[in-house]
Amino acid sequence: MPIASAAHAPSLIRRVGGAIVLFWLVVTITFALVRLAPGDPALLLVPPTASRQDAARLRAELGLDRPLAVQYARWIGGLLRGSMGESFALHRSVGSVVAEAMPVSLSLGGSALLITFLVGVPLGILQAVYRGRALDRLLTIATTTVYAAPSFWIALALVAVFTYGAATWGLPLAMRLPAFGMQSPGSELHGLRRLLDVARHAVLPVMILAAIGAAGIARYARTSVADVLREDWVRTARAKGVTARGVYLRHVLANVLPAMVVLFALSLPGVVAGSIFVESVFAWPGMGRLMVNAISARDYPVVLGATLWYAGLVIAANLAADIALPLLDPRRAR
Amino acid sequence: MRVEPPTLRRAQLTRIETVCLTLLALLALGTLLVPVLSRRDPLAIGDVLSLRLLPPFATDARGDFHLLGTDRFGRDLFVRMMLAGRLSLAVGVVGSVLAASAGTLIGAVAAWRGGGVDATAMAFADALLAVPRLVLLLVCAALWQPGLTTVVVVLVATGWMGVARLVRGEVLGVRAQPYVDAALALGARPWRVLLRHALPNALGPAIVATTLGVGNAILLESGLSFLGLGIQPPQPSWGNMIAGGRDLIVSAPWVAIAPGIALIITVLACTLLGDSLRDRVAGDSGAMLRDRA
Repeated sequence: MPIASAAHAPSLIRRVGGAIVLFWLVVTITFALVRLAPGDPALLLVPPTASRQDAARLRAELGLDRPLAVQYARWIGGLLRGSMGESFALHRSVGSVVAEAMPVSLSLGGSALLITFLVGVPLGILQAVYRGRALDRLLTIATTTVYAAPSFWIALALVAVFTYGAATWGLPLAMRLPAFGMQSPGSELHGLRRLLDVARHAVLPVMILAAIGAAGIARYARTSVADVLREDWVRTARAKGVTARGVYLRHVLANVLPAMVVLFALSLPGVVAGSIFVESVFAWPGMGRLMVNAISARDYPVVLGATLWYAGLVIAANLAADIALPLLDPRRAR
Repeated sequence: MRVEPPTLRRAQLTRIETVCLTLLALLALGTLLVPVLSRRDPLAIGDVLSLRLLPPFATDARGDFHLLGTDRFGRDLFVRMMLAGRLSLAVGVVGSVLAASAGTLIGAVAAWRGGGVDATAMAFADALLAVPRLVLLLVCAALWQPGLTTVVVVLVATGWMGVARLVRGEVLGVRAQPYVDAALALGARPWRVLLRHALPNALGPAIVATTLGVGNAILLESGLSFLGLGIQPPQPSWGNMIAGGRDLIVSAPWVAIAPGIALIITVLACTLLGDSLRDRVAGDSGAMLRDRA
């Protein structure tokens, strides 16, 4: 497999440049969005009893009394120095707040995504192999139904069964699943036991995200594999006596896999964003909950910071997919 | 290169399309009729203590039958669910159709004018696509007053990009066709050529994207309402009804389960309908729509 060759370099630079321009556009649009919104952030921040002078002082302190161009320049300047401002509500830098929440969401989304692909791709292949038959129809209905269900609703239903139901029916403790938080409250567990505790708390959230993701991936994998199965060279392989197993493993999988790897990168931001609901139902201290809390507290710097992180993740994933595809699929290398 | 018109191959509906459309029509009819025919105001709160949290198929002290039981304020869940469906369906359809219209307009103009207009529109679309739609939705909903208008406006503002790219591709393909040059040479105005020749070609993919978008929009609206950023109580929507049943999930699970099932059936019907229509869209747009699935 050829690693990025010399001919590849200019397009690499072009792509990275494009990604940077795109990120700048997102930064500008989100800035405009916040400034276009009605209402004065300073009035939201001061207590209701505060005087006009207090509000004016706060406005000056936050730099909100400056011309828009100056505010924009300061915002960009701050970003270039790696600072996203300070949280109104938490009185800490947005960067540190996000840095705390991001790993939680990334590991939640990442592990869900891994299961998503381990389940979804084989499911899609199975459907393509049995295309049009009863099994395929059954799986299509099942995956589309899961795909159509809102994650927060599935979360509530599963909590009802595995947390309250399991307790009511007197199931052993090991089979009951916690529905709140990332670890048992007040526990001072360390090492392996702490990991096990977190894992137990993660079962329901990861399962929900993975189920919805796998349903989507299966839908996608089904069409991709079905398209490959229609190719002439699949017929040729069969004609020259390659076993069914050989056709699927050697020919079909090899042609579907690059698309799936790219899809993995492209799905990550979606899954991380999808964890917003799951985090809010299960009270996980991740980006989703941070964002929802910041929104209800009108904590604009955190809202903006979180949005930029999400956008950065999408752009980075797109870039990674763009770069990876020609490496994985020699036909796409230009 | 020959551009295959990406219209729907057959005018007849397949069986699954008929089933989905019938289901959606019945649901729409139910949402219109049930609240009108119900004897009690689905928003009014009566004798809470004797009426609240009745299980499905219960008959209350007044002799009223409750198909799906009642919520914590003693209001009939079936009637409320249908009333909520009115709003959820309307928001989904209006949001998706408006987004597709905006996308069609932007995509067509961008492709037709080309140059700076095209580059600006597409850069804008790319930048909006770089933020997960849910996040963008949350930000907008948080910045403006939550409510019906905000939800629709935000759905349109965050949903036009896909259709715009699709239509742009179609129009670019058609623009290169000799018959467009012929029409222009014959003195047809550019707008007429765009409307008569270019847009009909883009209609098939746009319709498919809209159908798939309805389910998506309903899901997003319910999510926003679930988080308290969408439709505000006492106005019922499926999302805020599920939110209302959230802490009752043990004692009265039907409060949250019922609207969820209505939501799933609706989104399922829209998705299966969209999938089926998509499979009949020929050419590159069909492939592009599949890639976006």
